[in-house]
Amino acid sequence: MNANLSRLLRAVFVVAALLVPLFFASGYQLFQLTLVVAYALSVLGKNLVTGFGGQVSLGQGAFYAVGAYTAAILMEHFDVPYWATIPVAAVTTGMVGLALGLPALRLGGLYLALVTFSMAVSVPQLLKYKLFEDWTGGVQGIVLLKPDAPFGLDLNPDQWLYLFSFVVGAALFLAANNLVRSRIGLAMRAIRDQPLAAEAMGVELARYKTLTFGVGALFAGVGGALGAIAVGFVSPDSFTIALSLTLFVGMVIGGASSISGAIYGAVFIVFMPNLAEEISKAVPGAIFGAILILFMFFAPGGIASLLEAQLRRLRAAR
Amino acid sequence: MEGLLHQVISGIATGSIYASISLALVMIFLATHQINFAQGEMAMFSTYIALTLIQAGVPYWGAFVLTLALSFIAGMVMQRTVLEPLARAPVLASVGAFLGLLLIFNNIAGWLFTYSLQPFPSPFGEGKPILGGMLSRHEVGSIGVTLLVLVVVWAFFRFTKLGLALRGAAYNPESSRLVGIPVARMLSLGWGLAAAIGAIAGMMVAPIVFLDPNMMGGVLLYAFAGALLGGITSPLGAVVGGVLMGVIENLAGAYVVGTELKLTTALVIIVLVLVIKPTGLFGKALASRV
Repeated sequence: MNANLSRLLRAVFVVAALLVPLFFASGYQLFQLTLVVAYALSVLGKNLVTGFGGQVSLGQGAFYAVGAYTAAILMEHFDVPYWATIPVAAVTTGMVGLALGLPALRLGGLYLALVTFSMAVSVPQLLKYKLFEDWTGGVQGIVLLKPDAPFGLDLNPDQWLYLFSFVVGAALFLAANNLVRSRIGLAMRAIRDQPLAAEAMGVELARYKTLTFGVGALFAGVGGALGAIAVGFVSPDSFTIALSLTLFVGMVIGGASSISGAIYGAVFIVFMPNLAEEISKAVPGAIFGAILILFMFFAPGGIASLLEAQLRRLRAAR
Repeated sequence: MEGLLHQVISGIATGSIYASISLALVMIFLATHQINFAQGEMAMFSTYIALTLIQAGVPYWGAFVLTLALSFIAGMVMQRTVLEPLARAPVLASVGAFLGLLLIFNNIAGWLFTYSLQPFPSPFGEGKPILGGMLSRHEVGSIGVTLLVLVVVWAFFRFTKLGLALRGAAYNPESSRLVGIPVARMLSLGWGLAAAIGAIAGMMVAPIVFLDPNMMGGVLLYAFAGALLGGITSPLGAVVGGVLMGVIENLAGAYVVGTELKLTTALVIIVLVLVIKPTGLFGKALASRV
């Protein structure tokens, strides 16, 4: 079989497998899967910045919040249909990312980590601030209505939202996949691995780093918008530093320098807390922490690289 | 005018607490070029240990010393078991380890001690405000304790052989190893010191803000800003920057943005420093050999 056909078959198989839950999963399970898509996009943004671009960023939750609030405010105050909020959220968050990335990325090193960490810590307070209260709803946040399926499709809102997020997510995953294989992707990896050599070859470090950071923020913005529509509610306390740390955990566990790793990471951070919370509310966080350190020691490439090693072994055995 | 003076003086009091955490951050940065994101949570956990000891009937200063000793040992153990093995890994690994520690301390504290606010005693008594009603006894006491810590740390680095060895190990590990300084042990010692200084800051701030697992979030942010403002490579700068941040916090709170945007004020200062003068007030530019 030629390679193109086999790749096509594999893609069809993956899409089909991901659409199966549409007909068998319960409403709550579909909601969780929609969240997986939202988180996967945010983690993917982090992977681009950290895994492919080599810049450590800790504030992805803040960009997720910007996306979520952009969608919510547009729907609540401007009657914008939910699907049209996605591109606006993407552009807004991307701009915020560029503006914040510029000063920190010029300097390199851990400054970006510092700035993004501080940003993530201060976001809830900013969202509660009384001057913005008319827009953000202050502490109360904004409640949104779940959209119905259009075109007379025979799907309930949960099914439709999963399908919608799935299509948006698939498009952005494809885009990311193409991005890292393009000239820009090459430049990103060159900066990560050999900044000096890259600079000597004429790659503009600051420009590519900032650009990558903006794209990473954009992905989180789309994730946030999808998440807000799926949850039907945004409030300042859903976007604390804990969210940023959770997304960081997702990135490390899935595998930072891998596109598909974002999906494994998102599945982990959505489903693990449900299992662990039966013991105690504080346990998931502690487990996240412990797993984070263990992965740093034993599997710095995350699940993606573990799977890859396994596949290679199978192929070698054949 | 009276009001302004009051804001400045009480800003110096909280600033001295930020200064301790900034100093701990800078110490770890100088030794390992890492930023300890878990510094705040370590201090918070130490404070809970102190509270547990006090509630068990240990007198305050006994609990204070015991907590310092325990924090010192815990800091050394953490460096040995978690950070030393990752020292040669990419920067992401150490950041991940710090965040892992942050999550573990925060959640274990919530689990063991619950998330409710708890009062923490001050050793300096309640009593009337002093210095013409400007400062509470606790504020005066915590300035005093911080000053004492700074003098002790400075004297340790300046006048003792061990302090010199520590500076050497941080400044130039290769050459230090050649002259027989056990560099790895020096680094764990530095970690122990940073953990102990953090513990002091935790015990000084807890009577003001009340103790809970998220107590140090804002303090850590102000300490970051202080360290950057003073220059992340300068211990003196860390102290000056930390105190300045306390004053800025109070003045901005009273006259500019109100207390609701405290954390954003710190973020703005951090960004401004990076844009205008990334080396801070006292820092040196970091040059890397090509």
